[in-house]
Amino acid sequence: MSGAASARAFVRGGTAITLVALLALAGVYVLALGFTPLEARQGLAQKIFYLHVPAAWSALLAYSLVGLCSGLYLWLNDRRLDRFAASSAEVGVAFGVVMLTTGPIWAKPIWGTWWTWDARLTLTLFLFFLFVGYLALRAALHDPSERARFSAVVGVLGLLLVPFIHLSVYLFRTLHPQPVVLKPSAPSLPPEMLRTLLISALVFVMLYVGLVTIRYGLALAEDEREGSLDAA
Amino acid sequence: MPDAIRLALAIAAKDVRAELRSRTALLSAVVFAALVLVVFNFARDPTALAAVDLAPSVLWVTFALAAMVALNRAFTIERENAALDGLLLAPVPRGAVFLGKLLANLAFVGTVEAVTLPLFVLFFNVDLGHALPGIVGVTALATIGFVAVGTIFSAMAVRTRFAELMLPVLLLPFMVPPLIGAVQVTARLLDGRPLSEMLGWLRLLALYDVVFVTLCTMAFAAVVDE
Repeated sequence: MSGAASARAFVRGGTAITLVALLALAGVYVLALGFTPLEARQGLAQKIFYLHVPAAWSALLAYSLVGLCSGLYLWLNDRRLDRFAASSAEVGVAFGVVMLTTGPIWAKPIWGTWWTWDARLTLTLFLFFLFVGYLALRAALHDPSERARFSAVVGVLGLLLVPFIHLSVYLFRTLHPQPVVLKPSAPSLPPEMLRTLLISALVFVMLYVGLVTIRYGLALAEDEREGSLDAA
Repeated sequence: MPDAIRLALAIAAKDVRAELRSRTALLSAVVFAALVLVVFNFARDPTALAAVDLAPSVLWVTFALAAMVALNRAFTIERENAALDGLLLAPVPRGAVFLGKLLANLAFVGTVEAVTLPLFVLFFNVDLGHALPGIVGVTALATIGFVAVGTIFSAMAVRTRFAELMLPVLLLPFMVPPLIGAVQVTARLLDGRPLSEMLGWLRLLALYDVVFVTLCTMAFAAVVDE
């Protein structure tokens, strides 16, 4: 299959997955509002949890995969890894925006403040900035090989920065709700809420796969065009 | 390995010599740091906030901004007349080139910090007293880490459009852990707190230095080799 044809196939497949995921997301909201019990103290405000937490998880998944693919790129020098890292970073930034807007909307009624310099908030905010920087660097470089190598270096360094930011901000007292699912002991969330959350998380992973596939197809088409321009 | 260190020192010496001949960049960076300190003085209401409460943050924001200005120039000078290509053609391992540039940057940033510290004492009327050796130590510990990351990012940033903007956008997230650690330790030093209260932060700073100096030395080849 030619590059342009496979790029089209990626975009088409990705669009299909994304549309299904968006429909499923609407379903998640029906489930969350109609069939999941109301949280006793937070009331309706807690419903944003089914959007905020899966968005945060998928953003972190996206960022980890950027770091991983960057490391592999420096080792294997495979253009596909670079394209995937770039796609994952863009989708990760989009999920980061969802996470960073739904968070304050919930925090204002519950915490009484839009933002606080809590350990987890600070960490995710800096991760978000890091990946915005990653995308800015990519946009500012012309040469594809240079762009791939430089952004891979930033990706690898970024992966190692995470534990340091985490350790240094953790020493400040934390206000963020403690984990209710991903923690050493069993989840402390009521089963109905856990079900809705996990379904929503699956939907977000699907959305991630769909969007990254579209973006990968576009990156492929861009490479194809740069290649044909170089050849001409 | 001693060979690599000898080569790194030769590259650092070249940069230091070039800087000492003109001194323009060094003087500008020092004046910039002094100006930041002066501006900070007006950002504080002296009746509401004692200078010493704000001192650690002021000191470290000034150091960070001055380092940024200094790092921007590290590879700009190598770009002129394609000097970097000449350097890379020499039979020198990439790691040694990186260490050389790192040492030169540390000398540059260290000099700016050494001049800023007395100005800071003067403007903010802070009594360093017995805290001075500790502050010099923590400054060195924090500076090594972020200058290492800054050196590799500076080599990338010069290849982009808006290099002066790209470096801070990339580097600032990486400055967060060393800056938080340095501010915490500086505040405790000025307060005369015991060493045990700073040990955790000092370990974190040292670990950051080891991890990022090693990683940047290894990754430098990927930045300069076509």
